Amino acid sequence: MSSPQNMKTFKQGIHPEYHKQRTENREVIEAAVPKKVIIPLHQHTGATCDPLVKVGDEVKEGQKIGDTSKFISAPIHASISGKVTKIDKLPHPCGVNILSVVIEGNGEKRDAESGTRDANVSPEEIRKIVREAGIVGLGGAAFPTHVKLTPPEGKKIDTILINGCECEPYITADHRIMLERTEDMIAGAMLAAQATGAKRIIVGIEDNKPNALGKVKTELRRLKAEHIEVAELETKYPQGGEKMLIKAVLDREVPSKGLPLDVGVVVINVGTAVAIAEAVKFGNPLIKRVVTVTGSGIKEPQNLLVRIGTTFQEIVDQCGGLNQVATKIIMGGPMMGVSQHTLEIPVVKATSCILVLSPTDVKEKKLYPCVKCAKCVDYCPMFLVPSRLSAFSENAKYSDFEDWGGRDCIECGCCTYMCPAGIPIVHWIKLAKLKLSQMK
Amino acid sequence: MSYIISPSPHTKFIYTVPVMMFIVLIALVPATIAGVVIFGIKALLLVLVCVLAALLTEFLIVRLMKKELTLADGSAAVTGLLLALTLSPEVPLFAAFLGTVFAVAVGKHLFGGLGYNVFNPALVGRAFLAAAFPVHMTTWLAPFAYRAVDAVSSATPLALMKFEHVLTPYKVLFFGNVAGCIGETSAVLILIPALLLMWKGIINWRIPTSYLGSVVLLGGFFWLMNPANYPDPLFHLLAGGLMLGAFFMATDLVTSPLTKKGMWIFGAGAGILVVIIRLFSGLPEGVMYSILFMNAFVPLINRYTRPRILGRQK
Repeated sequence: MSSPQNMKTFKQGIHPEYHKQRTENREVIEAAVPKKVIIPLHQHTGATCDPLVKVGDEVKEGQKIGDTSKFISAPIHASISGKVTKIDKLPHPCGVNILSVVIEGNGEKRDAESGTRDANVSPEEIRKIVREAGIVGLGGAAFPTHVKLTPPEGKKIDTILINGCECEPYITADHRIMLERTEDMIAGAMLAAQATGAKRIIVGIEDNKPNALGKVKTELRRLKAEHIEVAELETKYPQGGEKMLIKAVLDREVPSKGLPLDVGVVVINVGTAVAIAEAVKFGNPLIKRVVTVTGSGIKEPQNLLVRIGTTFQEIVDQCGGLNQVATKIIMGGPMMGVSQHTLEIPVVKATSCILVLSPTDVKEKKLYPCVKCAKCVDYCPMFLVPSRLSAFSENAKYSDFEDWGGRDCIECGCCTYMCPAGIPIVHWIKLAKLKLSQMK
Repeated sequence: MSYIISPSPHTKFIYTVPVMMFIVLIALVPATIAGVVIFGIKALLLVLVCVLAALLTEFLIVRLMKKELTLADGSAAVTGLLLALTLSPEVPLFAAFLGTVFAVAVGKHLFGGLGYNVFNPALVGRAFLAAAFPVHMTTWLAPFAYRAVDAVSSATPLALMKFEHVLTPYKVLFFGNVAGCIGETSAVLILIPALLLMWKGIINWRIPTSYLGSVVLLGGFFWLMNPANYPDPLFHLLAGGLMLGAFFMATDLVTSPLTKKGMWIFGAGAGILVVIIRLFSGLPEGVMYSILFMNAFVPLINRYTRPRILGRQK
């Protein structure tokens, strides 16, 4: 094993407490089929889908119920068979109301696809299958995967980076996927390479998951796929961010305002790789995903395979319900997750985790003026001056904000995590970015 | 059932402003005790007067301006204690009181309070006293003079060096049995807590490193040029208020630069100024002015040392 000194990583970033022990050794189990699902027509970066069904329609599990002609988008599928009872703007875990399709289930199962598809598919076919299956990045950002697999004219992709960092505390979904779905993950990585013409595939895994590192290496040997490399990375947040991972593994810097493909890289999360393999090999659309349900507010923390559209309430109930101490419900991890006011919201494609915290976990800091301690500067993985950006935002000095590189912020929250003055720095930065985008 | 809604991140590191301030206070306790042991009860009274005056001034100003009480953030206590440690035990108590009021009122609150001051408040107070009470501020007491029948005044090692070319032995400097300010006697009692603070990230290591480093380099240069006339670098390091200044004054969060490169420049600039003042001015010591002078440059340093953003050309 390599020592931490020569292990790869990016510069700066933080070492939060990881709290992964609650679920890291728990096998993924399939959640009960819900009686009702709420399926938002916007679960990805890009354009909202138009509904393809109307109230009263009977739909089958896996049937496409939303789509659009816009390139940056991904279609939406029914996750259970049943009847459409409502199409309306309903609460979405991102905090706004989104046009959603409600399906009341009738208990019917989806007919299994007959046999597997021919392994010899063309890049064009892979992209089409991935798009039709509604696959988006399952790490959290939910960027449509078929867009990533379509390098624009003149851009050459040389490397597929499989992202197995899972640097957010508490979450263990990707960890379990690497252990339990290793073969499909490798198959998906190879399909992504085939679609983009990339010659190199590297799987990046942090050293706090030694069993995943071991399993992936063993499986690569067994499958005689040793041209696929495994990069062992020093555990550090936010290594799972695309720009950090590319810097850590390949020492390349994604240009400001650019994308990974500008440096010849496509980054794909391990869960997404499995989804690609499932879509191409078995014709399965993306209607289920692995969700870690954890935190001190959950009675029986678990990793569950959940149908998209299942409400948080149903999932929490399957994990023994909430403790007395439950005070904060978060979709995602504690660093970038979104706090929720209700459990009556659906799991979406980007829901990697349902985290329930207690008052001792969510101790908020008292607000002080910025004491210029420079902790935010010292830990910012993008090398920004967050305290300044936050002050510019607070004073509505948006051109200064832009001049100091505010738009390059990846919103990882390291600054706010460290800030001894309790200033919601990253919140101010997000606000300024929003204001700037509204001005354009 | 209602749940807490707040922006991410939902987890925070343990440091808060008061935690950092109180750790600094605790780190200054060994040097303070040494000062009291060496200079007697008068040193203890000075420390108490300064800390209480700082708290009182902070309380009154915040009250007058109808702001939330800020005594608990610990910053006023730090200012008071730091100022006390930079005083000669010969300074009268009322002068120390006035200096502290000036430090907190003018050095800190005139600029807008915690986080907004340009100059280190404790050093602002000291500069005020140096101007208002020049004789008291430069009359020194021999160590353990309180055991003698009459108080024995004595020159500081830097003054002995500068004006009489007498070199105080290193061992004495290191352990602190010398005349000087209350907190600048023993280098080791500053150094050990400071190393712990740097390890824990309470004070930044870059500023003391470049500060002391540049003193060694420039002091060493002059010493090599003329060893008969100028002290060697080790003497520069151990004598006077350099240790206290480098670890606890120059590293003041509010008045030091934000950027890593800026911290190197800030420390190096202060180090160069110390050597120049010590060797070529009418004053034996230059730590206070070196830091105050560099404080003024901090906004400029911040502006021109912005880090290179990942993925951008400089």
